[in-house]
Amino acid sequence: MRALMLIAPLLVFVLLSFVIPIASMLFRSVENGIVSETLPLTVEALDGWDADGDQLPDEAIYEAFVRDMVVAIEAKKHTRLGSRLNYEETGMSSMFRKSGRALKKLNPDTDGPFKDQLIDIHDGFGELQTWRVIKTHSVEVTNGYFLNAIDMQRTHEGAVSQPEDKQILVKLFIRTMFMSLIITGSCILLAYPISYLLATLPMRVSNLLMILVLLPFWTSLLVRTSAWKVMLQQQGVINDTLVWLGLVSDSARLIIINNQIGTIIAMTHILLPFMILPMYSVMQTIPVTYTRAAKSMGATNWTTFWRIYFPQSIPGIGAGSILVFILSIGYYITPEIVGGTKGVFISNRIAYHISSSLNWGLAAALGTILLGVVLILYWAYDKIVGIDNVKLG
Amino acid sequence: MKLKNTLLMAAACVTAAGGAMAEEMTIVSWGGAYSKSQLKAYHEPYSAKSGVTILNDDSSAEAVAKLRAMNEAGNVTWDVVDVVASDAIRLCDEGLALEIDADTQLAAAPDGTSASEDFGDLLVSDCFIPQIVYSTTFGYRTDMVGDTPPTDICAVFDLDAYPGKRALEKRPINNVEWALLCDGVAKDDVYDVLETEEGQNRALAKLDTIKDSVVWWSAGADTPQLLADGEIVMGSTYNGRLFSVIEEQKQPVAMLWDAQVFDLDGWIIPAGLSEERQKRALDYIMFATDTQRLADQAKYISYGPARASSAPLVGQHAELGIEMAPHMPTDPNNAQNTFLYNYEFWADYRDDIDAKFQAWLAK
Amino acid sequence: MTDLSNDAAFVEFQRVQKSYDGEILVVKDLNLSMPKGEFLTMLGPSGSGKTTCLMMLAGFETATHGEIMLDGQPINNIPPHKRGIGMVFQNYALFPHMTVAENLSFPLEVRKIGKSDREAKVKRALDMVQMGDFGNRRPAQLSGGQQQRIALARALVFEPELVLMDEPLGALDKQLREHMQFEITRLAHELGITTVYVTHDQTEALTMSDRVAVFDDGRIQQLAPPDQLYEEPENSFVAQFIGENNTLEGTVKSINGNTCIVTLDDGSEIDAMPVNVSRPGERTTVSIRPERVEFNKDRLHSDAHTLKAQVKEFIYMGDVFRFRMSVAGNDDFIVKTRNAPDAVRLKPGEEIEIGWLTQDCRALDA
Repeated sequence: MRALMLIAPLLVFVLLSFVIPIASMLFRSVENGIVSETLPLTVEALDGWDADGDQLPDEAIYEAFVRDMVVAIEAKKHTRLGSRLNYEETGMSSMFRKSGRALKKLNPDTDGPFKDQLIDIHDGFGELQTWRVIKTHSVEVTNGYFLNAIDMQRTHEGAVSQPEDKQILVKLFIRTMFMSLIITGSCILLAYPISYLLATLPMRVSNLLMILVLLPFWTSLLVRTSAWKVMLQQQGVINDTLVWLGLVSDSARLIIINNQIGTIIAMTHILLPFMILPMYSVMQTIPVTYTRAAKSMGATNWTTFWRIYFPQSIPGIGAGSILVFILSIGYYITPEIVGGTKGVFISNRIAYHISSSLNWGLAAALGTILLGVVLILYWAYDKIVGIDNVKLG
Repeated sequence: MKLKNTLLMAAACVTAAGGAMAEEMTIVSWGGAYSKSQLKAYHEPYSAKSGVTILNDDSSAEAVAKLRAMNEAGNVTWDVVDVVASDAIRLCDEGLALEIDADTQLAAAPDGTSASEDFGDLLVSDCFIPQIVYSTTFGYRTDMVGDTPPTDICAVFDLDAYPGKRALEKRPINNVEWALLCDGVAKDDVYDVLETEEGQNRALAKLDTIKDSVVWWSAGADTPQLLADGEIVMGSTYNGRLFSVIEEQKQPVAMLWDAQVFDLDGWIIPAGLSEERQKRALDYIMFATDTQRLADQAKYISYGPARASSAPLVGQHAELGIEMAPHMPTDPNNAQNTFLYNYEFWADYRDDIDAKFQAWLAK
Repeated sequence: MTDLSNDAAFVEFQRVQKSYDGEILVVKDLNLSMPKGEFLTMLGPSGSGKTTCLMMLAGFETATHGEIMLDGQPINNIPPHKRGIGMVFQNYALFPHMTVAENLSFPLEVRKIGKSDREAKVKRALDMVQMGDFGNRRPAQLSGGQQQRIALARALVFEPELVLMDEPLGALDKQLREHMQFEITRLAHELGITTVYVTHDQTEALTMSDRVAVFDDGRIQQLAPPDQLYEEPENSFVAQFIGENNTLEGTVKSINGNTCIVTLDDGSEIDAMPVNVSRPGERTTVSIRPERVEFNKDRLHSDAHTLKAQVKEFIYMGDVFRFRMSVAGNDDFIVKTRNAPDAVRLKPGEEIEIGWLTQDCRALDA
């Protein structure tokens, strides 16, 4: 009981800042109550309508729709539904907004029949597709967002692929994974020798080196990313230097920003400390007697490193790699600034759907998939390397 | 007598304290020079007049998402929010913004013209109170275009005459219109063409001809910086940003006003405020969007006032002392060939075309 | 002490000096030569330079000055992995990511020895230390003593001619340590390996070694077989460091061949053997082992000098009696007698006379 009290603040914090947001994200990625809540009568009436056929719904359905809409317009919920349906079928947003004014004037009890009036108000009400979309998305728990997240869509005929020219998300997922792997790899290559030096140099020198490693860590992310922009652009420091040295001609300046190279360079730099620190703390615990023992047994420097030192430093590489990989697949500011078109990550799309399109369901589905991928990779890592083989120090 | 005085004092204290606590409002805007112009033209005179303390929050870029989150959490902390018109429409659709009746809740022009007439077509949404007209247009390096500076929007697509990089915004809006225009589509037909699959492909195909020479920007400050660094020969951005590169930083940059796209920026009041806060927000709006106030803002930034009645009142820049009228996107010389952002169209097609645009970018 | 001519030397230090910072010498002018098959212990307090010597021999430190020879060849410029020296470390240094068998196999692999040969040698080495069944264990699953055996087997598995051990038993408890001391000497002698053993535990040094080099202040203070070291310490450091020892301060009165008379500071005179005193008037520290002190007058020479002693304390230790006495102003003078049937149990406060054989009382440097 006392133990519970002691951890209570942490428990509450973890619950509020971690468990609840993730749970709400998972919930949002399938939640779709809006259609059946806004158009309860229509949804019920559409139950008997054959979406695969080529007949428009009958008058009863149009009447139910008018009844629902009059209520919805009163509560100003019809445009909201329009936005929701516009994610699935372009044009729904303005159809609901525009028809709202006209529909408001109708009295469901006296002004029928409605079918022709509605089609008069907006052509869309005379199209099969409109009613198919409403019917398809009337379910309260939907797989629609997840289908969208993998470049498919929910239609009355089941799940089908998006048109080819709209397929982007799977590509971005793959690119995000691939780029994160490259970034993790280049972090390992750069961090290993530095960590080795940090762990083996005399304390005085290594402390200084450590400060140099940590210095960028204490600088704002935006500042560092913007600094890379100044470094990498075509009229930037690196290109200027190369041209001045005569290594590159003025007309053939290197393109190392606004593409994947720029993203890799900037993100490797930004994430490097997350690789160095766990590596360093693991290497620090490897006693010098191991290498001495190996050498006394006749092992060359290389064999000693490869067979004795390196295997013992793997836990550090593992911990660093997991950190860097997970951080980098969620990165978004840096790819946005230096990534151009070829260097953007899936997170940039998530940000777009959160803040611009307000399609939070799709954003949640993308986030859930990302979370799932991380968990699968974590599981795979555990199977292959073993999670006990991860040490942060 | 003494007791009565004490009671009066106490009562006064309570009112003052209650008043001081209440007399505070949070106004959300874009930050930087733009917020400064609002501070000078609106906030300071309003605080002086009413005694209300105004708190600034530079969150307009994420306003839509944040307002939705606040609304869901049932705790809206913002009183007045500056957003672009398309966001205002979205917020209105989502029920996140308060509907405004222009004629009763906004000030009439000095000559008695009603607000709805004075703002005219710019009242693009029931929730939106227009403030400025800005335009997205091109600037170019005068030292990188040779002897024939561009006068036509299609220079952007002409790599032979104007080689070098150009900066475009990393979204379809504006870019696809310009592409169609330069692919031979008449201005009036642009949106009809864009509604079709072929039209969208046609726009992307036109953009494809310059894709390798484009630097895509996502922040308004990018293009001015790229122009100043000589990274690009021309680029699109907001006209106010170009004004400051040209007139304040004196960079060798000039405006290409052709086919500039007018867009609107203005206020919304979040839905779900308490009656008292809503009343205060409306009072502020009434003050800040009257004819003189809108004209005053143009002293600090080169965006055109949204009221017709404000235009004649636009004077000189408060610091540079230059006439502002010729720098307004609405100036007749600049506005020979213009576009108005088609809100209706983009509200419907934004997500659809954006997905295609992003897929095209990633190709 | 075996007389060793230079050409029989297997390991040799010639005027070796070592400094880490270029100023302070941690090893000063070290000369040492070892014949093949010898078990030599470097004994000394910490900081005396013994481990540095071992590391120079192994090749992990380079001598600042002088030459180290192995089997007649100078090895200063040979990297450690080409020296072919087996080594056992204080904390065993067993590779934690390898099994016991892989640990043992490692030195054979790097020597490119074939798989079947390797397995045979590993098995033999494990059997040799009675750990035959532990090949598949990881070091972390073994006790300290077991790890020590594996470390030993690993140092021996590639059949080096020289094995260096750096305080290998330091982390073990007393009983296990004594057992391992025996094991190590047995193996070393059976296999005829030349061994250099570093320790700060004098019992270990005395029981295991053919010869012991006592280090202090970067120098070898004495290099001798254990009995000689104990009975004939050449200076007061060695006398103090090895075993229990009584000292008395005084001035040499006269020297006559193998005997001298020393006047103690309280005026009394004693007989002693002059070791590093050369003339009368020199200050000296005389050293007498507690078990060589005699208080049974019948056993002393009739003309031997005796000293008055007052018993301060009697300690019964089972096999021996131990008395603390006050002798010539020294209150910590220890006397030990064997618990024989006729042994006298002196009581505290008793006053007696004590004496010793001249050759047991050594007049050393002050």
